[in-house]
Amino acid sequence: MDFLTNHLLTLILFTPLLGAVVLWFLPDDKKTQRWAGFLFSLVPLALTLWLWARFDFARAAEFQFQERAVWYGPINASYHLGVDGVALTMVLLTTFLTPLALLASFSVQDRVKVYYMLFLFLETGMLGVFLSLDLMLFFVFWEIGLVPMFFLIFLWGSPKGERHVWPGLTVPSRVYAAFKFMIYTMAGSLGLLLAIQMLGVVTGTFDLPTVIERWNQASGTILGFEASTLKAMAFWAFAIAFALKVPVWPFHTWLPDAHTEAPTAGSMILAGVLLKLGAFGFLRFVLPLYPEQAKQYAAALAFMGMMAIIFGAFAAWGQEDFKRLVAYSSVNHMGFVVLAIAAAAWAAGTEHANIALNGAVLQMFNHGLTAAGMFFLVGAIYERAHTRELKKFGGLFGHIPVYAGMLVFTSMASLGLPGLNSFVSEFLIVRGAWPVFQLFTALSMIGLLITGAYILKGIKDVLFGPLTELADHLTDLTLREVLVMVPLMALMLILGVWPMWLLEVINRAVGG
Amino acid sequence: MSALNSAMLLALLPELLVLALMGLVLITDLSGRVRGRNLGWLTIVGLVAVVLISVSTVMPDAAGEAVWGGTLKHDALSFVFRMLFLIAAALTVFFVLDVPGLGDRGAFYLLLLASVLGMMLMAMANDIIMLFLAMETATIPLYVLAGFFTGRRESVEAGFKYLLFGALASGVMLYGLSLLYGFSGGEVEFAALAQGLAETQAPTWAVLAALMVVLAGFAFKVAAVPFHFWAPDVYQGAPTPIAAFLSTASKAAGFVLLVRVALVAFPSATLPWWGAALAAMAAATMTLGNVLALTQTDLKRLLAYSSIGHAGYILMGVVAATKLGLTAVVFYLLVYMLTNLAAFGIVAVLERSTGSSAAAHLAGLYKRSPWLTLATLAAFLSLAGVPPFAGFVAKVWVFMAAVEAKLEWLAVIAVLNSIVGIYYYLVVLKVAYEYDPPADAAPIVVSRPVVWALAVLAVFIVVAGVAFGPWFGWGQWAAAALFP
Amino acid sequence: MNLPLLSLIIFLPIVAGTVMLLWPNASRDAIRRLALVTATITFALSAWLYVAYDFVAGGYQFVEKYPWLPELGISYHVGVDGLSAPLILLTGVVIFTGTLVSWNIDRPREFFGLLYILATGVFGVFAALDLFTLFFMYEVAVFPMYLLIVIWGWEKTREYAGMKLTLYLLVGSVLALVGGLAMVFAARDNLGYLTFDLLELEKAGLSVGFQKFWFPIVFFGFAVLGGIFPVHNWSPDGHVAAPTAVSMFHAGVLMKLGAFAALRVGVMLMPEGAKFHLPWIILLTLVNVVYGAFIASVQQDFKYVIGFSSVSHMGLVIMGIATLNHDGLLGSGVQMFSHGVMTALFFAVVGMVYDRTHTRHIPSLGGMMKKLPWAGVAFIIAGLTSMGMPGFSGFIAEFPIFMGVWRYEPWIAIVAAISIVVTASYVLRVAHKVFFGPLPEEFKDIPDINVFDRVALVTLVFFLVGIGVFPHMMVPWIESGVNYVLTILGGA
Repeated sequence: MDFLTNHLLTLILFTPLLGAVVLWFLPDDKKTQRWAGFLFSLVPLALTLWLWARFDFARAAEFQFQERAVWYGPINASYHLGVDGVALTMVLLTTFLTPLALLASFSVQDRVKVYYMLFLFLETGMLGVFLSLDLMLFFVFWEIGLVPMFFLIFLWGSPKGERHVWPGLTVPSRVYAAFKFMIYTMAGSLGLLLAIQMLGVVTGTFDLPTVIERWNQASGTILGFEASTLKAMAFWAFAIAFALKVPVWPFHTWLPDAHTEAPTAGSMILAGVLLKLGAFGFLRFVLPLYPEQAKQYAAALAFMGMMAIIFGAFAAWGQEDFKRLVAYSSVNHMGFVVLAIAAAAWAAGTEHANIALNGAVLQMFNHGLTAAGMFFLVGAIYERAHTRELKKFGGLFGHIPVYAGMLVFTSMASLGLPGLNSFVSEFLIVRGAWPVFQLFTALSMIGLLITGAYILKGIKDVLFGPLTELADHLTDLTLREVLVMVPLMALMLILGVWPMWLLEVINRAVGG
Repeated sequence: MSALNSAMLLALLPELLVLALMGLVLITDLSGRVRGRNLGWLTIVGLVAVVLISVSTVMPDAAGEAVWGGTLKHDALSFVFRMLFLIAAALTVFFVLDVPGLGDRGAFYLLLLASVLGMMLMAMANDIIMLFLAMETATIPLYVLAGFFTGRRESVEAGFKYLLFGALASGVMLYGLSLLYGFSGGEVEFAALAQGLAETQAPTWAVLAALMVVLAGFAFKVAAVPFHFWAPDVYQGAPTPIAAFLSTASKAAGFVLLVRVALVAFPSATLPWWGAALAAMAAATMTLGNVLALTQTDLKRLLAYSSIGHAGYILMGVVAATKLGLTAVVFYLLVYMLTNLAAFGIVAVLERSTGSSAAAHLAGLYKRSPWLTLATLAAFLSLAGVPPFAGFVAKVWVFMAAVEAKLEWLAVIAVLNSIVGIYYYLVVLKVAYEYDPPADAAPIVVSRPVVWALAVLAVFIVVAGVAFGPWFGWGQWAAAALFP
Repeated sequence: MNLPLLSLIIFLPIVAGTVMLLWPNASRDAIRRLALVTATITFALSAWLYVAYDFVAGGYQFVEKYPWLPELGISYHVGVDGLSAPLILLTGVVIFTGTLVSWNIDRPREFFGLLYILATGVFGVFAALDLFTLFFMYEVAVFPMYLLIVIWGWEKTREYAGMKLTLYLLVGSVLALVGGLAMVFAARDNLGYLTFDLLELEKAGLSVGFQKFWFPIVFFGFAVLGGIFPVHNWSPDGHVAAPTAVSMFHAGVLMKLGAFAALRVGVMLMPEGAKFHLPWIILLTLVNVVYGAFIASVQQDFKYVIGFSSVSHMGLVIMGIATLNHDGLLGSGVQMFSHGVMTALFFAVVGMVYDRTHTRHIPSLGGMMKKLPWAGVAFIIAGLTSMGMPGFSGFIAEFPIFMGVWRYEPWIAIVAAISIVVTASYVLRVAHKVFFGPLPEEFKDIPDINVFDRVALVTLVFFLVGIGVFPHMMVPWIESGVNYVLTILGGA
C-alpha cells in the first residue's frame, strides 16, 4: 500500500506503456487485443480515482505525491513528478477519456494491435505532460506524444479524399493532415526547446519550482541580453508553442485538417485532451515563469482568444462537413480558455483572475467531454454512411432516436445550455474576463451567438428535414456505442447541475 | 704503410670469402658438370655462408677502425651494409634461378658477385681513390648485367644507356674528386680531406663548386633529380631481377657512400651549402618521382619512378645530418631494399607468366593467384607507407629526423608526396583486387624459389613494421659509426 | 583482472582477419562462421569492458604499457577513459551488426579479412595513449577502406569515391602526423627527453605560440575524418559508394575517430591553441550542421540523404567539442555514440532495401513497410532519433550540445536549431515516400529480411531507445571523461 502511495504518479504514468508492451506479446486475435487494450486503459483510471480519493483538497495549490529521481544528472534534469489541483483535473480527464476512446475503437479492423499500442503510448505521453515538474522531462513527454498521434492519423485516418501539396504531388488527405500536424507542432516546439535550454543554462537546473524561483529573481544582463528582452523572447517562444497546440487564432490552421482526417477515437483524444496540453502549458509554465511579460502581452493573447471564438464560430457555421464543423467548434471553445488565461494574466492576484482561471480549467474539462462526445457521434454516423456531408443527412430524429437524443444532448452541452456543463465554465470565464477586457469579451459574445447558430444548424441538417436515401444504411447505436456516450453525458449533466465537486479542487488550485 | 697483419685480413674476410665464392662458381661453371641453375643455388648458399661467418667472427664495434692504410673503414655502418648487400644479392638470385637466359648462365652469377664485391668495398671506402675504385668495380658488371639479354633490343639499349651515363657520371665525379684533392693540399683520406679543405687557400666558391660536382656524381648513382633520367629506361629495359638489384643494392651502396663522404669528407663549415643543395634535391626528387609515376602504365617504369621518389625521402634523412637522421636512412634503406626486391620480384613473375609487365595484366590477380596478391598487397602498401607494413615506420623515422632538424617544410613536402604515392600504389592494388580477370588470362606461374623468397620478404615486411625494435637498433648501431 | 582485456579487444579482429586471409581453400561458410564468432566475442568483450569501467573513479583504466622503441620514447600504451569506453562499445556494436548484415556478401574471405583489420585500427585509436600508437592504428584503419569500397562498392562511383576518401583521409592524417612530431620535439625541449606518451605530453608545457601555430594543423588533420566543412565532401560520396557494412563502419565509427582524435590530440595536448582557434572553427561546424541538413533534404538518392545527414550530425559533435564547456563536451560524447548507432541503423536498412530493389532512387521506391516491416519500424526509430525526438538517444545528445552552445554564443544555438526542423522534414519525407504509399509493381515479391538482419536491427534499436529513456546508462561515463578534459582546459 505504501508502494502504491509513494509511486502513485509513476504507476499512473507508466501503466499505459506497460499495457502497450504486454499487448505486443498477445496472440493475433483482434477481439483479445481490443479487450486487453480497453481493460488495460482502465487501470490508470482506477489509479486516478484512488489518487483523487487520497488527494488533499485543502492543499490543492501545492504539488502532492511528488516523486523525484535522478535522470540526466550532469545537466540537472531530474525525473520529477507532482500533481496539483489543475493537473489532477487533467489527469482525470485523460484517464477517463482514453478507455472511452478505446471502447469506441472496437470498430477498427486494420492492424488492431498496433493501433491500441499507439493509443496507450499516447496516453503515457499526455499524462507525462500533466505530471512533469521538470522542464526537460516535460519537453520529452510533450514531443513524444506527437509520434503516436501522427501515426494514428497517418495510418488509420479517413481513407477518402486527396490534397494537392504542390505541383506534381497529390497525397491522401490523411497523409497531408498528419504531416501538417507534426510539422506545425514541431516547428512551434522548436522555440520552446531553445527557451528551455536557455532556462537550464541560466538557472542551472530544470527543476520547475527551482527554475521559477531563480528565473523570477534573474535580472540585469543575462547571456549578453537585457533581462527583460530575454524574458520577452522566452515568453513568446513558450507562448507560441502552446498557442499552436491549443490552438488559438492564428495558429489554428492545422486543427481542422487533423481533426477531420483522424480516426474517430483519434479525434476524441485529440480534441479531448491534446488541445488541453497547450492550455495547460500556459497555466503551468507561462504564467508562473513570465508574470510580467504575460501581463504585458495579455491584451494580445486576449485578442487572439477572441478571434478564435469569433472566427471559429463563423467557420463552423459555414461548414458542409459535419466533422469539420465540430473541429472548428473546438477552436471556438478553446478560444474561451485563452481569453480567460489572458484575463488572469492581466489581472493577476485579483478576484477576477481567480474566477477566470476557474472557468478556464473547468472549460478545459468540459470541452474535453463535449468534444469527445461530438466527435464520437460524428464518427458513429460516418461509419454507417461513409460520408460526413451535412446535406446528405436529414430526418434522422425519428429514424434513429437513441442517436438523435444523444446528439441533441451533447450539442446542447457544447452550446452552453444552462443545466449542462459548458454553461458553468463559460459563465465563469465571461464573469472573470468582463471586468478585465470588456471590449474583447463583448465581441466574443458574437461568437457565442454564432455558436448557437452552428450547433442548431448541425442538428437541423442531420436530424430534421426529410429522410434521405442514406437513411437505409443508418442503424441506431449499438450497446457498445451507447456505453461510450453514457459516461460522458452523465458527467455533462452532473457538472451542469452540481459542478462543485470539481470546481472546489480547481478553485483551491488556482486561487489558493 | 703498416705491415699486413691479421686484423686487416680479418676486416676484409667477407670480401675475401666472396672472392673465393666467385672462384668456386667460375671453376664449377667451366667444369661443365653442373647445370646453370645449380650454380645459382651454389651462389645463394655461398652468400648466406659468408653472412653467417662474417657476423659471427668479424663484427666490429660501432666506431670501428681504418684498415689497409686508411683506405677502408671497418665500422658498424659499413658492416651493416655489407651484410645487406649479400642478402640482397642472395634474394635476387632466388628470382633469377628459373629465368631462362639468366639463371642458367654462370657468367650471370659471376658478374653479380663481382658487383656485390664492389658494393661492399663502396660501403667501406675511406679515401677517394678507393671510392672511385669500388664504384667502378660495382657498376661495370651492372652495365653488362643490364644488357644481359643480348637478343632483346630494350635490354641492350638499357645496358648501353647505363654505360654511357654511368661513364659520364664517373668522369664528372672523378674530376670533382681531383679538384678536392688539389684544394685540400693532396689529401685522399676522407677525414684528412675535410681538414685540408677547411684550411685551404682556395676560394670558398671553388671548393663549393667542387663539392657540388662530386654530389652530382652521387646523385646519378642514387638516381636523384636532376640526374635521374637514366633510371626509368634502364629499369624497364633490363631483365627484371637486375632492375630489382639495381634499384635496391646499387642505390643503397650509393647512399652509404654519399653519407660517408658528405658527413666525413666535407668540412662541417660547408654543411649549410651542400645541405641546402641536398634538401632542394630531395624535394625535387620526391616530387618528380611521385608525380611522374602517376601516369605510368608499365609496372617496371612505375616502380622506377617510385624508386626515385623513395630516394628523395632517403635524401631527406641525409640532409638532417643527425644521429636520428642517419638511423632513419639506414632503417629506410634496409626496409626499402627488401620491399622493392619483393615488388620487382612480383613483376618478374607477372612478366614470365603473361609476357608483359603492363599494369593492366594484373587484372583479377586475386582470383588467379591469391597468395601472389597478398604479397603484392604487402609490398605495395609498404612502399606506400601504410601500417602495419614496414614502409610506414621507415617514413615516420625520416619525417621525425626532418622535423627534429627544423626542416619542417621538407617534411610537409614529403608528407604530401607520400599521398601522391599512395594514389598509384592503390591503383595497382585496385587492378589486382577489383578487376575481373580477362577470359584469356594466362595462368600465373610462380616457381618454388620465388615463392620462398616472396614469403620471406612479405613476412619480413610485416614483422619489421610492427616489431621494429631490433632493426631500428641496427640502424642506431650503424649511425653510431659517424655519430658516436 | 590480469587478462589484458583491452589488447584482446584490439587485436582479436586482426588476428581473425589474418587467419581468414591466409586460410587456403576455406569454404564460404567456414569464413562466415569465423567472422560471426569473432564479431560476437569482440562485441561481448567491449560490452564487458564498458560495464566494468568504474566511472566514479574515472581516469584511465585497463591500462597496458609496453616499451616499443624506448630510444625514441615510443611505447604501446593503451587505456580507456570515460570518453573512449563508450566508443569502444560502439565499435563492438557496429562490428557485430555489420557482420550480421553482410552475411550474404560476395568474396567473404577478403571482405571480412579487410573489415577486421579496419576494426583493429579503430579500436586501437580509441584506446591509444601514445601518439605513435595512435597514428599507427589510425593509418591501419584507413587503408582497408579503399579496397573495401573499390571491390564491393557501387559500380558507378566506387573507384572515384574510394580514392577520394582515401586521399582526403590520408592527407589529413599525415598533416596531423607532422604536427604530432612537431609536438614531440617541442616537448623534448621542455621535458629533456623524447616521448610520444600522451599523458606526458599533456604536461609538457608547450608554448602558447607553438600551440597557436600547430593546433589548426593537427585539429583539421583529424577533423577531416570527422567531416568538418569544407573538407567534408569525401564523406557523402564515400558513404554511397561503399557496401552496407562499410558504410555502417564509416559513418558509424570512423568519423568518430576523427572527432575523437581531434579532441584527444588537438584539444587535450594544446588547450591554449584550442581556446584561441575554436571560436572560428565553431562557425565551420555551424555550416556543417545547417548546410548539411539542407543538402540532405534535396537528395533523390536514399543513401545520399543519409550521407549528408551524417555530415550535419557530425557537425554537432565537433560543435560540442568546440564549445569547450561541460555541457557541449558532454553532449558531444553522447552524440558520438548515439549518432554512430543511429547511422549504422540507417545504412543497414538502406542496404536491406537496396539489396532487394536494386535502386536507391527515392521516387522509384514506395510501400516498403508492407514487405519489410522490421526494417521500416527500425528506420522510423532511427529517423526519430535523428530529429532529436525525446525518448531516443539523439535528444539526450543534442540537448546538452545546444545548452553548451547557448552558454558560448546564443545566436549560434538559434541558427543551428534550424537544422532540427529541416532534418525533421526530410526524414519524414523520405520515410513516408520509401516505406509508405503504394508499393511499385516490380517489388511485389521481394523477400523479407532474415534473422541475422533482425538481430542487428534489434541490437541497434536497443541502444537508441535505451539511452533515450535511461540516459544514466551512458552519461556518467562520458561525464567522468569530460571532467578530466575540463581540468586540462581550466588549468592550462
